[in-house]
Amino acid sequence: MPGAVALSLSVGVRPGTPATRDTSLTRWVLTGIALTFLGVFLVLPLVVVFTEALREGIGVYLGSFQDPDALSAIRLTLIAAGVSVPLNVVFGLCAAWAITKFKFRGRSLLVTLIDLPFAVSPVVAGLIYVLVFGRQGWLGPWLAEHDIKIIFAAPGIVLATVFITFPFVARELIPLMEEQGLEEEQAAMTLGARGWTMFRRVTLPNIRWALLYGVILCNARAMGEFGAVSVVSGHIRGQTNTLPLHVEILYNEYSFAAAFATASLLAILAIITLVLKTAVEYRVRRQMELSARLGDKS
Amino acid sequence: MRPRRPILASIIGLVMCATSVLAQTRTMLNVSYDPTRELYKDFNAEFARMWKEKTGQTVEIKMSHGGSGKQARAVIDGLEADVVTLALAYDIDAISEHAGLLPKEWQSRLPNASSPYTSTIVFLVRKGNPKNIRDWDDLLKPGVEVITPNPKTSGGARWNYLAAWGFALRRELGDLAKLEDPNAAEAVKAAQAKARQFVTDVFRRVPVLDTGARGSTTTFVQRNIGDVLLAWENEAFLAVEELGKDKFEIVVPSISILAEPPVTLIDKFSDKHGNRDLAQAYLEYLYSPIGQRLAAKHYYRPYDPSLVDPEDLKRFPKLELLSIDTVFGGWKKVQTEHFDDGGVFDQIYKP
Repeated sequence: MPGAVALSLSVGVRPGTPATRDTSLTRWVLTGIALTFLGVFLVLPLVVVFTEALREGIGVYLGSFQDPDALSAIRLTLIAAGVSVPLNVVFGLCAAWAITKFKFRGRSLLVTLIDLPFAVSPVVAGLIYVLVFGRQGWLGPWLAEHDIKIIFAAPGIVLATVFITFPFVARELIPLMEEQGLEEEQAAMTLGARGWTMFRRVTLPNIRWALLYGVILCNARAMGEFGAVSVVSGHIRGQTNTLPLHVEILYNEYSFAAAFATASLLAILAIITLVLKTAVEYRVRRQMELSARLGDKS
Repeated sequence: MRPRRPILASIIGLVMCATSVLAQTRTMLNVSYDPTRELYKDFNAEFARMWKEKTGQTVEIKMSHGGSGKQARAVIDGLEADVVTLALAYDIDAISEHAGLLPKEWQSRLPNASSPYTSTIVFLVRKGNPKNIRDWDDLLKPGVEVITPNPKTSGGARWNYLAAWGFALRRELGDLAKLEDPNAAEAVKAAQAKARQFVTDVFRRVPVLDTGARGSTTTFVQRNIGDVLLAWENEAFLAVEELGKDKFEIVVPSISILAEPPVTLIDKFSDKHGNRDLAQAYLEYLYSPIGQRLAAKHYYRPYDPSLVDPEDLKRFPKLELLSIDTVFGGWKKVQTEHFDDGGVFDQIYKP
């Protein structure tokens, strides 16, 4: 054993060799692997999307967004995101609030449930809605009687999107709110703030960047979701197609330029999301550090 | 709160605009299978023009395309189709049986067992036919990869499967009349076993099972997978036409199956939408000279060739076509025996 210790020591303090050389080589190799991987699996496909989209010229590219079916797909995608993001903000806030500020039975069960949409395959998520709201489903006969359309119409697409994006906001808020603890709220309350005032003046400013971060991720997923939406859509052109479904249809109809043009729209959205995400992430991290430092002091 | 009001008002305004536009336009939904996209694009425009001339109404026909079985399932689950134009009769039977949306005897409501056009299954191979595939048994040559969609979800794939089965049966028996002959029962049994083995071997060579015919075509054509695509005749023609005569060619096997893609009105939904007259006229128009001509133009075999320009008929090669009713005893039997859960397909296809 003493020999082993001596050996390991001698590696650390070998004279004349910079101790960092090995690690720097490892670092370069690892970075190289990561960059190659990113290049092949991320950057290259992105480049392909844009070159294919522009293959037949900028005129065809822009023209593919003027097609009424494309416009309808864009509209439906915006509606789905426009409904599911606010819903998830409200839900995420409520859930994160309840989980971090109160102790109650079933708290960890709630945390697990919030993660359910991440664990379930999107296709299964879609099928769940078909089984509940479909004509042969649990609520089917009642819905048919009252002429309410959910599946194969916009409400079904919105529902599926809400389900899929369920965890994003809550997942971002919970760690931060846990970190921040209750002190500030308690202080506000002793100073006489009521619930809403306290939330608006104390909690919200503390979590706003994390909230925004959650919203951005939620929005990106809402617009890009394919699987769950595909199951409940019914694929009616110009009516129940979202952007990702429209890409598939165009591709299947040999309209490759238009398919890639629409795909590029989603890619641009993804890039905007990434830029926003990076900016917000920076603010969130600073806030986390700040609250951690404050926590240490107390 | 104030700035929200104009937004709300404009949303309400938009919705009202949309509904008032809708009020002047009649819309109906045609739920169809995969390869009919181009046909119905043309046909819908033609029908809308005719309907406007005849009644003054503007009509907009919405389309939904996908694997035939999957589409039938969607209608059963509540996709409110006024008409369905699917790949095979069984899928429409299923809608009648599971959802009761149309009468059982729907198939006798229109001529030619409700099939305004027919088709068959052919092979699409790469230019020059590098693997020299001429007939069904060439599919089993060493190193040949076969592309077909999944018979569970795709109508075309079920026709593919049956065409292969029919070929093997015919090869074993020589004469398919023996199927009816009680004295040949033993021979028929042996031939059925051989046919089953043949189909099993074919499906062993399938690297990708897409859910619909169009998915398989793009797999073969765009993604360059496989040596031969078992395809609807119309789909094969279209692929050659759209994607280059210099890249693919069609091989017509010695024998194939007579595929009859039927069309019908979905009574419950079209009545609910007040569209029965429109939907009925739409389907009948498929049988008119214009409908038949468009079918032929998009490489479907018209049910009444006399209505079509003889030039357009020349493209359809003559080959022996097996009937599902005489060789297989009809779709109901085929479906339960071969394609339902636990059926022959489930037994032979183990990826």
